[in-house]
Amino acid sequence: MSPASPDSAVAAATISPARKPIEERETVVIRFAGDSGDGMQVTGAQFTNETALAGNDLSTLPDFPAEIRAPAGTLAGVSGFQLHFSSREIFTPGDNPDVLVAMNPAALKVNIGDLNPNGILIVDHETFNEQNLKKAEYASNPLTDGSLDRFQVYQLDVTKLTINALQDLNLPTRTMLRCKNFFALGLTSWLFQRPIEPTIRFLQQRFKKTPELLEANVRVLTAGYNYGETTDLFRSAYQVPAARIAPGKYRNITGNTAAALGFIAAARQAGLRLFLGSYPITPASDILHEMASYKNFDVYTFQAEDEIAGVGAALGAAFGGAVALTTTSGPGMCLKAETVNLAVSVELPLVIADIQRGGPSTGLPTKTEQADLLMALYGRNSDSPVPVLAACTPADCFATAFECVRIAIKYMTPVIFLSDGYLANGAEPWLVPAATDLPKIPVEFRTNPDGFFPYLRDAETLSRPWVTPGTPGLEHRIGGLEKEHITGNVSYAPNNHEQMVRVRARKIAGIVQEIPPTVVHGPTQGKVLVIGWGSTYGAIAAATKQMQQAGHTVSHVHLRYLNPLPPDLGDIIHQFDRVLIPEMNLGQLIKVIRAEFLVDALGLNKIQGQPFKVAEISHRISRLLEAKS
Amino acid sequence: MSTASLPKLSRKDFVSDQDVRWCPGCGDYAILAQVQKILPELGVPRENFVFLSGIGCSSRFPYYVNTYGFHTIHGRAPAIATGLKASRPELSVWVVTGDGDALSIGGNHLIHALRRNLDLNILLFNNRIYGLTKGQYSPTSEQGKITKSTPVGSIDHPFHPISVALGAEGSFVARSIDVEAKHLQEIVRRAHEHKGTAFVEILQNCNIFNDGAFADLTEKETKAETQLILEHGKPLIFGKQRTKGIRMRGHSLEVVEIGKDGVAEADIIVHDETNPVLAFLLSSMQPPQFPTPIGVFRAVTRATYEEGLVQQVDHAKTKQGAGDLDELFNRGDTWVVN
Repeated sequence: MSPASPDSAVAAATISPARKPIEERETVVIRFAGDSGDGMQVTGAQFTNETALAGNDLSTLPDFPAEIRAPAGTLAGVSGFQLHFSSREIFTPGDNPDVLVAMNPAALKVNIGDLNPNGILIVDHETFNEQNLKKAEYASNPLTDGSLDRFQVYQLDVTKLTINALQDLNLPTRTMLRCKNFFALGLTSWLFQRPIEPTIRFLQQRFKKTPELLEANVRVLTAGYNYGETTDLFRSAYQVPAARIAPGKYRNITGNTAAALGFIAAARQAGLRLFLGSYPITPASDILHEMASYKNFDVYTFQAEDEIAGVGAALGAAFGGAVALTTTSGPGMCLKAETVNLAVSVELPLVIADIQRGGPSTGLPTKTEQADLLMALYGRNSDSPVPVLAACTPADCFATAFECVRIAIKYMTPVIFLSDGYLANGAEPWLVPAATDLPKIPVEFRTNPDGFFPYLRDAETLSRPWVTPGTPGLEHRIGGLEKEHITGNVSYAPNNHEQMVRVRARKIAGIVQEIPPTVVHGPTQGKVLVIGWGSTYGAIAAATKQMQQAGHTVSHVHLRYLNPLPPDLGDIIHQFDRVLIPEMNLGQLIKVIRAEFLVDALGLNKIQGQPFKVAEISHRISRLLEAKS
Repeated sequence: MSTASLPKLSRKDFVSDQDVRWCPGCGDYAILAQVQKILPELGVPRENFVFLSGIGCSSRFPYYVNTYGFHTIHGRAPAIATGLKASRPELSVWVVTGDGDALSIGGNHLIHALRRNLDLNILLFNNRIYGLTKGQYSPTSEQGKITKSTPVGSIDHPFHPISVALGAEGSFVARSIDVEAKHLQEIVRRAHEHKGTAFVEILQNCNIFNDGAFADLTEKETKAETQLILEHGKPLIFGKQRTKGIRMRGHSLEVVEIGKDGVAEADIIVHDETNPVLAFLLSSMQPPQFPTPIGVFRAVTRATYEEGLVQQVDHAKTKQGAGDLDELFNRGDTWVVN
């Protein structure tokens, strides 16, 4: 075996010139599916990257089991990655795939029900052996029993083609077979005329220290690409032209990465150290991983012994004057509640990021849900107001994270940032901001002892002064016992307690002054107003747009601020005949909206660990419109 | 800042304007007084002291010390102190806790703080009872303890706090007694001087719910026989006549009398604060078979967590340069839409 240098690996990536006809498509939904050990997430992520560089708008939905390696070939072990890309603006990862790449029978069985009629199905023919069919609980071979007749089926010998491409490298069979996913990636890259250079760059990075694996993967990737061009199987390739989206520089970003960058940017704009106290939990851990690699931004990450210590350490750092953050998911939120309440009482800035997942209890660790809203709003003992903000797309996690930090500091309060598994792992193009365009976050540490009292409040924001230990002359004590108004001394006086409960509530309610006017997507009055929050944004936006194009007065309002609610929301609601609130829970925002605005809102609830499909929402709106007329 | 330029502080600089609200006769008063006496002598500007506590009688401590203070929630003070110390290493951070706070609800945070070895001082007031909730047994109460929640006696075996701290890799582990003013001051001073997590168990009398729990240990008439004062490099000798000592017998300790049965002073174990095996053996000495050791069981030096953390951050800044947001935003593949 000759030692391969990165250069020779690239040389191996000579692609065949395009001769086949190319058909234009406006939009495509593709899904890669295979064993959880087959590398489907990497394949999907790389196809996404190629697609991003091709200039399409895109949205992704990774969907994988909680088990790291479920038994190979079984239905439980199937991992999938769906990508929607288009030459126009899109909002969701797509309802149903037009193209399905199934690496084994189990992957076919789990996913075939979603494939659109006449959709393209690419399968690895060799994996459809007796043993795998049995594991996938197939009574007969679907490749031969006619059950796939309504699809365009392409049966390839991916295994054999992969091994052929690597014959002279003397690699163990096991190693060769692990390259199979890159054959599928190469082939689909050809099929949709994606550039494979970004993937080669990725491989160069990943296999920096193992040139033989770099060469193997690049060879298989290229072989897959060239196979599409040379085989008679495919008559034509497809092209999805670049999308017309807002001009600027873009990168592809997941929600967790965007959140991490948002927090770091906010700390930088506040001129403070960032302290993250966290305990690993799916699907939030990636934020901890990201942050841990940005130490040169004055980011201190602390992997705590448990969820409680994660938020506790963050609160300690807040006392010390850092931008304090803890990241978690639902089960961790339960454990952090007591400390969040302490932060409410001592009025220190703290951001709690809850990347929601299916529950209750351990629930569905890798699946999405948005059922922690009521917990975020109310899940603490006593009257304990906390601002709650929710991101609505992967890229929006950046702006929402930034805003959470800004509010926490300005109002000296814990703030809950809500995202979910779908946003966390899903990706979309992000219009890269310029650092100079980001607002500064003013921070004022009190140093003047004259007239100082720990709970003497700012007239405008009602926030108390932030004084950090080490400041001479301002030594004072804070704690979870009720405090006397102004002095902060422990007080059990009846009237003082009521005053303090009320002033804490007023302070958080006063954050309405930070909320920009609510954007109504669509007419400002009409038949149906769809109100959403969090990751339902894409599906609601697409569904309401469809309705508007069909001539209906249907509008969409999406809430980033869930506590306090936007001050103009009531007026907007009352301009519509009906209010529909789709949520991935049994109806949580709807309770708040009904209570707050005395409106007979209707719910649309999906609790399957999967995001809404556009059709599910548009169908519900249609029924509502029919009922009215 | 050099200590020479510090204004001279005295005990009263560390007395806050809050009324102390422990029960009259509580051992906590004595501990508070000794800590307030020693703080001005430590060469730390007053504003750099921070006292954190959890919940319980002992945890009211920060309100009475005129420094920065944070009365947090039950059991969590070590975690909150960890975040403060990790992000502000220049502060002198103290955790005041009790046997319920540290060893029951907060056991996890305590052991991990000790393991990480942040430069914290943890003062655990052990009265072997729950005081603030009015008299239930604690994780250090003796088995068979009759309390309101255990009317026919507690069933569970107690923790020995020193053994727990040693088992959690504590780098400084010591014990003192509320009424032993000089000894307590000395131990508190050494805890402060130790770089790393210093764990001090202070035996403290709750005169309301567990009065006399340590009477044998503190009464003038008996204490010479019941206390074993640990001093590094000195033999483990005790007793009114200073004729009793501790000797190794196989893998265990035994009490012997010097000059009896051929026992010479040379047979007595010489205390070594750096010997982990000896520390653990000493921590398991229980009355009435043995005297109760007080003093420093273990004092060893190892790197602190915050040093490591700061080092990593500094190294990243040196190697990669202070972070540039634009560079961060533009990482990976980007493309331009016109």
